[in-house]
Amino acid sequence: MEFFTNLLNVICYVPLLGALFIIFLVPKENTKAIKLWATLFAGADFFISLALWFAYDPNGEPFQLVYKKPWIPAIGAQYFFGVDGISVLLILLTTLLGFIAVYSSYTAITHREKEYYVWLLVLQTGMLGVFMALDFVLFYVFWEVMLVPMYFLIGVWGGPRKLYAAIKFFLYTLVGSVLMLIGILALYFYNSTGFALVGLPGLGNPPTFDVTELMKIAPSMPFSLQKWVFLAFFVGFAIKVPMFPFHTWLPDAHVEAPTAGSVILAGVLLKMGTYGFVRFSLPLLPEASRWAVPWMVALAIIGIIYGALVAMAQQDMKKLVAYSSVSHLGFVMLGMFALNPQGLSGSLLQMINHGLSTGGLFLLVGIIYERRHTRGLSEFGGLAKVMPVYATLFMIITMASIGLPTLNGFVGELTILLGAFNRNTWWAVAGATGIVLGAAYMLWMYQRVFFGEVVHEENRNLPDANRREQWTLIPLVVLCFWIGLYPKPFFKIMEPSIRRVVEVVDPGYLKAPVASLPAPEAKRQPEASPAAGE
Amino acid sequence: MNANLTVLAPELILAGAGMLILLAGVAGKASQRLAFALVNLGLVAAAAGVIAVGERDDGPFFAGMIQLDRFALYFRLLFVVAALLVCWLSRPFLLRAGRNPWEYYALVVFATLGMAFLASGVNLAGLYVALELMALSSYILAGYYRGEVKSHEAATKYFVLGALSSGVLVYGLSLLYGAFGTLSLADLSQRLAQGPRSVAATAGIFLLLSGMLFKVAAVPFHVWTPDVYEGAPTPIAAFFSVGPKAAAFAMLLRVLWAGLAPASPDWRVFVSWVAAATMVWGNVAALTQENVKRMLAYSSIAHAGYALLGVVAGGPLGTQAVLFYMLAYTVTNLGAFGLVVLLASKEYAGEKVADFRGLARRQPLAAFAMLLFLLSLGGIPPTAGFMGKLYLFAAAVHAGYAWLAVVGVIMSAVSLYYYFRIVREMYLSGGEGTDGLPILAEAWGVRALVVCAVATLLFGVYPTSTLDFLAPAANIWPW
Repeated sequence: MEFFTNLLNVICYVPLLGALFIIFLVPKENTKAIKLWATLFAGADFFISLALWFAYDPNGEPFQLVYKKPWIPAIGAQYFFGVDGISVLLILLTTLLGFIAVYSSYTAITHREKEYYVWLLVLQTGMLGVFMALDFVLFYVFWEVMLVPMYFLIGVWGGPRKLYAAIKFFLYTLVGSVLMLIGILALYFYNSTGFALVGLPGLGNPPTFDVTELMKIAPSMPFSLQKWVFLAFFVGFAIKVPMFPFHTWLPDAHVEAPTAGSVILAGVLLKMGTYGFVRFSLPLLPEASRWAVPWMVALAIIGIIYGALVAMAQQDMKKLVAYSSVSHLGFVMLGMFALNPQGLSGSLLQMINHGLSTGGLFLLVGIIYERRHTRGLSEFGGLAKVMPVYATLFMIITMASIGLPTLNGFVGELTILLGAFNRNTWWAVAGATGIVLGAAYMLWMYQRVFFGEVVHEENRNLPDANRREQWTLIPLVVLCFWIGLYPKPFFKIMEPSIRRVVEVVDPGYLKAPVASLPAPEAKRQPEASPAAGE
Repeated sequence: MNANLTVLAPELILAGAGMLILLAGVAGKASQRLAFALVNLGLVAAAAGVIAVGERDDGPFFAGMIQLDRFALYFRLLFVVAALLVCWLSRPFLLRAGRNPWEYYALVVFATLGMAFLASGVNLAGLYVALELMALSSYILAGYYRGEVKSHEAATKYFVLGALSSGVLVYGLSLLYGAFGTLSLADLSQRLAQGPRSVAATAGIFLLLSGMLFKVAAVPFHVWTPDVYEGAPTPIAAFFSVGPKAAAFAMLLRVLWAGLAPASPDWRVFVSWVAAATMVWGNVAALTQENVKRMLAYSSIAHAGYALLGVVAGGPLGTQAVLFYMLAYTVTNLGAFGLVVLLASKEYAGEKVADFRGLARRQPLAAFAMLLFLLSLGGIPPTAGFMGKLYLFAAAVHAGYAWLAVVGVIMSAVSLYYYFRIVREMYLSGGEGTDGLPILAEAWGVRALVVCAVATLLFGVYPTSTLDFLAPAANIWPW
């Protein structure tokens, strides 16, 4: 059947299949088999998803591997999957982190294992569906479905304040997404039958939730309506990102979640917010997006600086990493709302980078927490001598997060700053301040945990990272170096899709004489330098 | 006059079944099994009758009293199925409570009969009689625990307030009759459209409206609901929350849009504010309830508020939204109440939120079913509740009531807080030795739950064929 041969369907539903398999065929007591099967399904999903990298042709159709069938014809909702360069990268990130999340949980989760792996796999399907759906109803279904497993992951296997953190996460994101639903409906009726009571006629097209169709008509929407739809989307996505001042759910959720939950939260869930902006807000509502730029940039910059300053004051490693996410996601938003190709591609690459480095940091914090059951910075010191392999891995990921050249963070941040600089020098200056602060808190944390003498007796005999733990981190480290040294394939995959977004959201930019010169290309030379040689 | 008795087959079957059950009870052949078989037989036959009679376009029948359109067909089917599920849920309850089932089942059947006439009635006099038949049966059912003060309180409150609201409604009817000289909805709508109306007519419209809003338990006409639901036997509370409520919505839709449509600019403002107040207060009041039945009572108030969105919006889309929502809400709410019934409860024990503690570890399937129902009540996909709400909010946005839709979505986010209090107890709280009560796997109750759970998922994932069936039902009035 066509349904089962479509690559996207397979990728999306293999984890769900795994969940069902475990529910029905693996007994609760056999935790070994549960772990094995969960890992197999998540791993198989990752390796299948690698095919996307080859199957997707950056220079082909805007959306590829399309699977489209009527779902609820009465309202024009379709079952519509498809990917472009933006979603391909995020899907790959999701399957990789999902695999790692399962693999990293063997010793961290010691009760109710069956439920745990089932929810983790269901969550995986939900997230993948979000990045694949090109129909608003379908997108919304996946967007919300995913909340439930995450609620359980935090609420059952979380830390001491798990009950509070779980419901806060759930309600916070729910409020955002239901408002987004109203925005979707406004868009829908603008395209079709209009708004009866207020006498605003629609375009009279057949009703549809098809994003690609709506992309054709939405830019012509009157600004007054665009603005409201943008605001509705903004609430939904900004809470997910999270942008200042909607970030307050994040430290609670990240800190209380089990390690794998934090990895998924930081690595993938936050990207769903930024993905929402790139996929929907910018191309559907270009005029309103341009109108919002000053606000969005201001919030992004506040987020960068504020997140960094708060991170600096943390005594808990996990909290520190959580606040660093606020700062890093500020960067992503800054690049995005530069509304030019550099800014957007930097922003997208930084989403991947943040997934890798922050995911890695949470894994690393989880490893030490399993040994000491504390994450306080003052509880450690001198670990470099005790756990050399662990310290090395931690160092690499820290550097990637800071943005040291040859590692991925550098490429992303530099591209973002270039894009921002292109719009306004001061934006870049403010962003650069964030990098300096970021280096400060990360290095400070590293220093306090790993350098100096071992002051706490119980730290003296901590076992180093074991083989399984190392293997959870090695793929991340390899990718950090790959993107840092040779980011060209990544840029190549996203480039045409990014360009299409810019064409809609700021048509003037690409047509402007300055852009028709090879100027933007030349500006990106430094970071693409390894590629320049070919 | 078109008075062909065969078109009344389902109603006649219901009436016959109800009386037969009563007679068998009086004859002293009292056995739970026989009573249950009879009520099942009666309701299934009635459903078959509804389908056999189907839609008739040669109506209205009986001096313009009854119209058998798709709207009536759909609602009568829904009522009969809901009553059937309620009877299935009642069986374990009646067995455990060791109570006489005869009059219980007979009253459920009579209430269903009233509801059936509410769905097909097109004359206000007939509608009023149907409403009273339903209400009187309900009052007695609410007081079914004869020895319990709480049950007495429920019945008395329900009766006194219900009688008051019926009085208000009848007063409205008489004013309308005085002003227009007719109680037929079609004639009423014609005369209303002809020109300016008198103060008496306006007062009549609003009194009639208030009476109906009492029956759907909209704020500020809702105060009876929590006490009645709490005091009534749990399966009966489940029945009240779906059957009579859906019937009242059928009446509300038909009276407002078939009869009072020309006056819609006036009552729409009123109903839209009532809808907002209902959504807000229902959800806010539910937040702090410790008793699951009270919580579900307030939640059912809130759900009436959502459904009112569709009533206000009107049009084919709004009507279709209400019709579909009634179906989604019926299966979902019956499921949620069903679990409360099966929670090893006796009299009023086993109704606390804390009684669900640790259920997920002891009975994962039951907990998962409850999770499904709660998600559906909260409007989280992939459940029927989500599809229903999507339709309602879409109808509201379409009609230009975006502000009401915003109130609705925010309040449904709020509602998740109290629904998830139960989820928290089931999945997150408790350890060994601090557990709540078990769910009793009683055959018919479990069957009802399975039907509800499957329907909740099915209508959430694939609502298409149901929506296609409903489309003609929503198009019966000239918009």
